[in-house]
Amino acid sequence: MKVLVTVKRVPDPETTIRVKSDGSGIETDNIKYVINPFDEIALEEALRIKEKLGAGEVVLVSIGDSVVTEQLRTGLAMGADRAILVGCDQDLDSLAVARILAKIVEDEGPQLVLMGKQAIDDDANQAGQMLAALLGWPQATFASEVVLSDDQQAVKVTREVDGGLETIGFALPGIITSDLRLNEPRYASLPGIMKARKKEIKEVAAADLDADMSPRLTINSLEPPTQKEAGKKVETVEELIGLLHDEAKVI
Amino acid sequence: MDFQLTDEQEEICKQVRALCSRFPDEYWRERDESGEFPWEFYQAIADGGWLGITIPREYGGAGLGITEAALVMQTVAECGGGTQACSAIHLGIFGLEPLIKYGTQAAKDKYLAPILRGDIHVSFAVTEPDAGTNTTQISTFATRSGDGYLINGQKVFITKAQESKKMLLLTRTTPFDQVEKKTLGMSLFFADIDPEAVEIQELHKLGRKAVDTNMLFIDNLYVAKEDLIGEEGRGFYYILDGINPERILIAAECVGMGKRAIERAVQYAKEREVFGRPIGKNQGIQFPLAESFAKLETAELMVQKAASLYDQGQPCGKEANISKYMAAEAACEAADRAIQAHGGYGYIKEYDVERYWREARLFRIAPISQEMVLNYVGEHVLGLPKSY
Repeated sequence: MKVLVTVKRVPDPETTIRVKSDGSGIETDNIKYVINPFDEIALEEALRIKEKLGAGEVVLVSIGDSVVTEQLRTGLAMGADRAILVGCDQDLDSLAVARILAKIVEDEGPQLVLMGKQAIDDDANQAGQMLAALLGWPQATFASEVVLSDDQQAVKVTREVDGGLETIGFALPGIITSDLRLNEPRYASLPGIMKARKKEIKEVAAADLDADMSPRLTINSLEPPTQKEAGKKVETVEELIGLLHDEAKVI
Repeated sequence: MDFQLTDEQEEICKQVRALCSRFPDEYWRERDESGEFPWEFYQAIADGGWLGITIPREYGGAGLGITEAALVMQTVAECGGGTQACSAIHLGIFGLEPLIKYGTQAAKDKYLAPILRGDIHVSFAVTEPDAGTNTTQISTFATRSGDGYLINGQKVFITKAQESKKMLLLTRTTPFDQVEKKTLGMSLFFADIDPEAVEIQELHKLGRKAVDTNMLFIDNLYVAKEDLIGEEGRGFYYILDGINPERILIAAECVGMGKRAIERAVQYAKEREVFGRPIGKNQGIQFPLAESFAKLETAELMVQKAASLYDQGQPCGKEANISKYMAAEAACEAADRAIQAHGGYGYIKEYDVERYWREARLFRIAPISQEMVLNYVGEHVLGLPKSY
């Protein structure tokens, strides 16, 4: 079974993000980049499926300039078999990303596409859904459990929805986007890192894919969250209740 | 001259950092308190294949150099594990070199794979109570007996003897007064730590409680002939090969530990407010940390230079020794200054810097004292007369 996993390069969630003074973007000096954590979960799931079946192929795909190779190598070190880098140096909105991915899916013909439910940089949470629509494929978003049928023709996916869990099933091919609790991704082992250097990263130019990348979204400005003011210390429970009632007016 | 890490080296650091993030300061603080060996950490390192980093590929290792091994050790120390983490894996990372270079094929086939998996721990038993740095004076003796040898003697400062099944054991096979050259007549064995013949006594120490240091009393330990490494009488030369890489790795560990101490001090100096402002605003706090950081960065350069020379097969005695000297000094000073920056809290275990300080202190003595390093530099680099 061939599984395609999407990988986005995003700032490390542990780095401090500073918005540029003109609001046009974030300061990129001294920022470390990682695989989008939700994509890492998607990759882990793909690797587990392959390991369980004892056969198959896990293919990574990412869009961006050559620096993205770093994240693809990490994914290959974790155990993916090969990678595709769609070379593109313009900013893309979710729909453009989905259109590029649709072309890659048509070309690769995977039975399953596993994606992060959203990227932690823009939090758009759209690419998976849009890709499903463009391909006319079934989708299961916010997956917390994925069970492949014995004949490998269908999946049952548990989704984390408001107030509970929903289990849905569909026939493959289809798209699954991962939620946080789907699994805990592995770390690459040293033998994995050594093997990764021999694995193929195929480069294709986005411009050659005949996908409509025209922007439909412009970012007007970015603002940092307002600074939280220091809290207040109170001596007694009575005082706290008084303040919650009179000042905060929440009880 | 290229000061850039390769993509692969960057990836190694990144993955080791990710692995170590599962073992935060609390884990090491707790081990430092209980003295329990860090099994979970050790197994995670073994499972990740890291123990095999310098072991040739034909034996299942990664076949990388001391440069990469040094990066691993520096990263492990830098993530807060300090000497407890490093010493737990140090020997697996490099100490097997004599076995790999000079051991019999049968021994390599039998032992390397389980060592790599983390199933067999190995100790390094060279130092003796009455010999110390003057290794040629060791008196532990192996007498031929049937198809093997019977060994008697004592060893001291033997790390991890309680976890280990095997040890690389240096003994005399010809008495000191009967050899042509004092460095001859010693032999290296890959011996069992057989509880019937080896009594282990733990030594209690200032730091690194989780990784035991021991005295060994060896009483008629039988070692089969197959477990002699290389030729009888040449054992000293086999361990000599490992001395420079060991110093380089120790230096890397010091750099990592020192950087961690500074990182913690900086974090504290930013947050801690006294007299209405963060203490880090004061040059009295800032300058010592900045200066220590500069020294650590400089020591790191020497570590990498020494490692790079070693990996290219070049002589690196000068660089390996100087890197160990500078890194140990820089680490001790950094840890001390980190305590100072913390004020009274620096003396409290919860703030971890006192643990780094206790651990870093070891490396002004081990694996060789700073003074003996200076003797080396004085005599072999500067050409001054031998002073001892």
